Amino acid sequence: MKALEEQEQVPAPAILDEPQPVFAPRDTNFERILKFVIPAAMLLLLVALWGWYVEAYKVPHYILPSPKRVAMSLYDDWGTLSAALLVTLKITFTALGIALVGGVGLAVLMSQSRWIELALYPYAVILQVTPIVAIAPLILIYAPSTQSALLICAWIVAFFPVLSNTTQGLKSTDHNLLNLFELYGASSWQTLVYLKLPNALPYFLAGLRIAGGLALIAAVVAEFAAGSAGAGSGLAYRLLESQFRLNIPRLFAALILLSFTGVLIFAATSLLSHLLLRKWHESALKREN
Amino acid sequence: MSQSNPVPASAGTFSADSGSRRPLVRLSGVSKVFSNGTTALQNMTMDIRQGEFISLLGPSGCGKSTVLRIIAGLGDPSSGTIEWPTSGHDASGKALPEISFVFQEPTLMPWATVFKNVWLPLRLKGISKQEAHDRVMEALEMVGLAKFADAYPRELSGGMKMRVSIARALVTRPKILLMDEPFAALDEITRFKLNNDLLHLWEKFGWTVVFVTHSVFESVYLSNRIVVMAARPGRVVNDMLVDAPYPREEDFRTTSVYNDYCRDASAALHAAMDANDHL
Ligand SMILES: Nc1ncnc2c1ncn2[C@@H]1O[C@H](COP(=O)(O)OP(=O)(O)O)[C@@H](O)[C@H]1O
Ligand SMILES: [Mg+2]
Repeated sequence: MKALEEQEQVPAPAILDEPQPVFAPRDTNFERILKFVIPAAMLLLLVALWGWYVEAYKVPHYILPSPKRVAMSLYDDWGTLSAALLVTLKITFTALGIALVGGVGLAVLMSQSRWIELALYPYAVILQVTPIVAIAPLILIYAPSTQSALLICAWIVAFFPVLSNTTQGLKSTDHNLLNLFELYGASSWQTLVYLKLPNALPYFLAGLRIAGGLALIAAVVAEFAAGSAGAGSGLAYRLLESQFRLNIPRLFAALILLSFTGVLIFAATSLLSHLLLRKWHESALKREN
Repeated sequence: MSQSNPVPASAGTFSADSGSRRPLVRLSGVSKVFSNGTTALQNMTMDIRQGEFISLLGPSGCGKSTVLRIIAGLGDPSSGTIEWPTSGHDASGKALPEISFVFQEPTLMPWATVFKNVWLPLRLKGISKQEAHDRVMEALEMVGLAKFADAYPRELSGGMKMRVSIARALVTRPKILLMDEPFAALDEITRFKLNNDLLHLWEKFGWTVVFVTHSVFESVYLSNRIVVMAARPGRVVNDMLVDAPYPREEDFRTTSVYNDYCRDASAALHAAMDANDHL
């Protein structure tokens, strides 16, 4: 047995001999460049093939215009097209914005009380499962203006992924962490802000990425449903109009603008998600073995 | 099965105030029946005195975590009472013991740095980052992780995460530290090292520790009192002292005293488990 004198010397905690974590190296520059070069090269290849095909088989431009014609149409009609693009963008982003605020707000509200959840969830589900094309005509009748009808349609579609993902994120909070917060006497506000919301962030961001794409799709679909009622509005209207007039190059130009917008929205939401999660979430970390 | 042995006399070398008559916590006839009918705990009576290092030893499912949660005030007992004779009480008469809890998993917030994780208990009390800075760093210093204040949990090894979890428990300077199989998921080398570090800290600061484990060796090495529990229904079957002085170092594991206590505790544990074979 040990002598009592030894009690006085309380040894300091042992020095760590566990291996220090090694931080993952960044991509090499070469890898980074390739990440952009490869997709760009694939796109260029497609355009080249398309141009070659139109040229080689003498396809009439009212069937399939050459890339050059489409580019010219994009340039010549830029005034009309950019105005239409602006309208579509405005509807998409306003709808997305309201969907974010509403979706997160409602998710938080529903997470506070099971009764509120029971009362509200059916509406959210019904709105989600009914195809938007089927509701659009009604909304067009009831809404004060075509623009607001389009906005409502885009909002309905974008709202649900945000709501359901955020709800899932709020609910999947680690029970031990909840216990810990309770133990330290956290208020429900503190638990929400310091624990539940950060925990829901990855879920919310996944919802946002879906919602961003869907908002654009819904804005276009609703405009199709509006048909000629949407006179002078967004890109989808220009697309229809070009089809009626057999102005196929402009149809392609409008189409390219639309998919470009979609890609940009996807890239922006992905970037946002990456920036917010890169420090800690598995989804944003490079796997290294 | 008989209840616990008479209350042990002051064991080991803990601080002078352990002699005070009033226990820090008194559990009287505490039972817990869950809504699905499981009797997780039956009629548990136990005094926990200031400065004790108690291990709750038992097979899984014997209600160890349940006791710990009830002591922590997470969930009420179905019957029986928990008293805190020496702690302050709030206006409604509810005890305000200074408790910290360490779970089996590190239970860190993955989105927050090590610093922010340790700051959490103080932050919830409204203490700003600046005010808390020194205390947080002091707690990290104690567990040897001051260098890692800005790291995220995922960058740490399992043992280091557990240290962060312990630092978070210590930052509030608790009177009683409740630990629920904190090292069970770690490899043996890391576990031994954390055992030693924990003992050194306990010797230095003299908190009361209630340590849940299913390892006989761990319970004997660390504690001066072992409460053996049996399952179905969860209950106390033995309450034994480990009367070996502190500080205990690695070589304590090879002494005959240690071996004798391990044999006793092991026998008590097996008796507890055999009792269930007839059920
Ligand atoms: N929330 C719960 N609901 C129902 N039964 C539970 C719950 N928590 C624990 N139990 C049951 O209570 C018993 C004791 O559990 P626990 O205290 O976790 O045991 P231990 O920590 O000793 O392994 C077990 O049989 C377990 O299945
Ligand atoms: Mg347990």
